[in-house]
Amino acid sequence: MNAVQQAVDWLNDPLNWTNPGGVMDRLGEHVRISAAAVLVGCAIAWPVGIWLGHIGRGGSAVVLLSNISLAIPTLALLAIFPLTFIGFGFPAIVLALAVFAIPPLLANAYTGLREVDPEVREAARGMGLSGWQVLWRVELPLSVPYLAAGFRTAAVQVVATATLASFVGGGGLGQIIQEGFGKTIAAGMGEILAGGLLVAVFALLVEVVLAGVERLVTPAPLRRGRRARRVRTAVDAAG
Amino acid sequence: MSLPDSPALAYAQVSNPWFSWHYVTDNHATILSALQQHAALTVETVLLATVVAIPLAVVAYWVRSLAAPILALSAILYTIPSLALFALLTPFVGIGRTTVLIGLVLYALLMVVRNALAGLVAVPDDVREAARGMGYGRLRQLLSIELPLALPGILTGIRLATVSTVALVTIGVLNGNGGLGELIMAGFRNGFYRAEIATNTLLCVALALVLDLVLAGLGRLASPWSRASRA
Repeated sequence: MNAVQQAVDWLNDPLNWTNPGGVMDRLGEHVRISAAAVLVGCAIAWPVGIWLGHIGRGGSAVVLLSNISLAIPTLALLAIFPLTFIGFGFPAIVLALAVFAIPPLLANAYTGLREVDPEVREAARGMGLSGWQVLWRVELPLSVPYLAAGFRTAAVQVVATATLASFVGGGGLGQIIQEGFGKTIAAGMGEILAGGLLVAVFALLVEVVLAGVERLVTPAPLRRGRRARRVRTAVDAAG
Repeated sequence: MSLPDSPALAYAQVSNPWFSWHYVTDNHATILSALQQHAALTVETVLLATVVAIPLAVVAYWVRSLAAPILALSAILYTIPSLALFALLTPFVGIGRTTVLIGLVLYALLMVVRNALAGLVAVPDDVREAARGMGYGRLRQLLSIELPLALPGILTGIRLATVSTVALVTIGVLNGNGGLGELIMAGFRNGFYRAEIATNTLLCVALALVLDLVLAGLGRLASPWSRASRA
């Protein structure tokens, strides 16, 4: 029997979806892991990136950080974190993934703040706004497109890398692929292909949905002008 | 698959330090062969990707209507997680090195195409005009003017591709060809052997840095004009 037929059969079996450890369970795990990792990433990267952008320092450190993170294999952090004080389980996996969410969030937040027209900032100061007021009422609203772009890049990347949690028994959709590989190639082929399709479709879906969200949260005047250029760290590929 | 398992020595040790010189001296043959596999996969991937990507970028540059589809396709492929890509390839290519190589080349390809195209597009219009005015043909203009000027962009793409390929090779564990990733996973699966995990992770990062420095050096050698203008 060929692989495609086997994969179709596997996907057509409702039990593969509803059983414990089936697609629905794995999807739930995947969403929980990814959401937690992105939230942790935002909680760390946004305040730092926004502050650095506001004071206009640390740009080269931000670039250096994202370059270094490119070279670290996700798999390594997934294997290392559970053996530290963090311990086995959900937190270790979430933190390992959050590490890879930080560079795009940080870089986009920093760039967003730096891209604010200096004349606009001057004008705000001239009107008597304090540093905090400039940040809160001028710089932040103007950098929303960048923040949203960074969020999307980070989230898509985390959803992709969350599949690797399955290497260390962390659950998620990648687990389906691993279980297929756990069988003989003849028996597991359908499951491997089905798992690959599910993961790919889910990742593309998240990308499309977040692209929509990015458009929605970007104020219309900023949308029509120059489109926010995404500061893409090539880390996306490492997923 | 191709790498021998690390010896069971780890279990005998009561303590489980992150760094142990013992691990390195006792397993240097295993580590070296994994490092070799890792480096070979990376170099092959980047070479293949570059050979395919630069003509693709030139096509996209010459036929602008093809640029959008090529970039869109690359964005879609980019979004597909590596584990899924390997899973989609395996049933058709089989378990083994070829599957890993194809997957790695696909990701590396996109990075090189994107950056090479950006480099080509950034060639100033007046330079292009001048070349045409001097009677340069399309091919000669490409080879002697546009590609050299796009070299920094191309090199950026190659460097990005190299560094992320080094990290990505580890996922090849799924197909039994993960280089140092094999040892990282072996360390995790066989009694959580910290020294094995940490040593091979560091080697991975070091390999990426060394290759990146080598490429940066080659780039400087290949574009003497950029040095002269800066001085």
